[in-house]
Amino acid sequence: MSVTVHLPTVLRSHAGGAKDVTADGATVGEVLTALASEYPGLSGQVVNADGTLHKFVNVYVNDDDVRYMSALDTPVTDSDEVSILPAVAGGAVDSSRSLPT
Amino acid sequence: MLHVTEAVYDQMVAHCLTGLPEEACGLLGGDPEAAAVVTCYPTRNVAASAKLYTVDPKEHLRADRDAESGGHSIIGVFHSHTHTEAYPSPTDVTQAPDPTWHYVLVSLRDIRPVVRSYRIVGEVITEEPVTVSSR
Repeated sequence: MSVTVHLPTVLRSHAGGAKDVTADGATVGEVLTALASEYPGLSGQVVNADGTLHKFVNVYVNDDDVRYMSALDTPVTDSDEVSILPAVAGGAVDSSRSLPT
Repeated sequence: MLHVTEAVYDQMVAHCLTGLPEEACGLLGGDPEAAAVVTCYPTRNVAASAKLYTVDPKEHLRADRDAESGGHSIIGVFHSHTHTEAYPSPTDVTQAPDPTWHYVLVSLRDIRPVVRSYRIVGEVITEEPVTVSSR
């Protein structure tokens, strides 16, 4: 099973600048493992050493966030597209430059 | 230097004001080489907090696809600080996802919103000027 994986700009340098790559696997986890094997620079960027999804990354199968499916066990087929995007978050909490209230 | 259109600037500020009392956030689409923002993508703050923001992941995916279909890409993010100045907080710095992005802060601390932009590379914050053009 070979699926297309769409990489975010921040990870493309690890894949020779490619925006889209292909990788084999029957689940999202297998695809990401194959990807890290093909492009070692991606290792540890999406999946943690303990085999869970990195908290600062979102992974989708087509339009759906895999955290709301079966995470890395989510099945994929040839026609699926896996997208990886950074989780975008932050905020003013703990700001050392906050004015006293 | 970050270039934004008046329309983008107005959309950012309006989205931040309508998000009160919570922080508001959104993504910026445009040309990364020219550092020019042409599309503002207001997004839901799924953290629903006055002190934290998290861009809705599904809206991020839609914005990314829309920007790329137009030959652009997501080149930055904006969010509001409701009661503090327009400067990245430690949270903003540690969670900055992409060193090529532009990080725009909209402070609503004072009556007049303040918009400033930063690059965050390796936790080093560098402010950049923001130019606003009519188109």
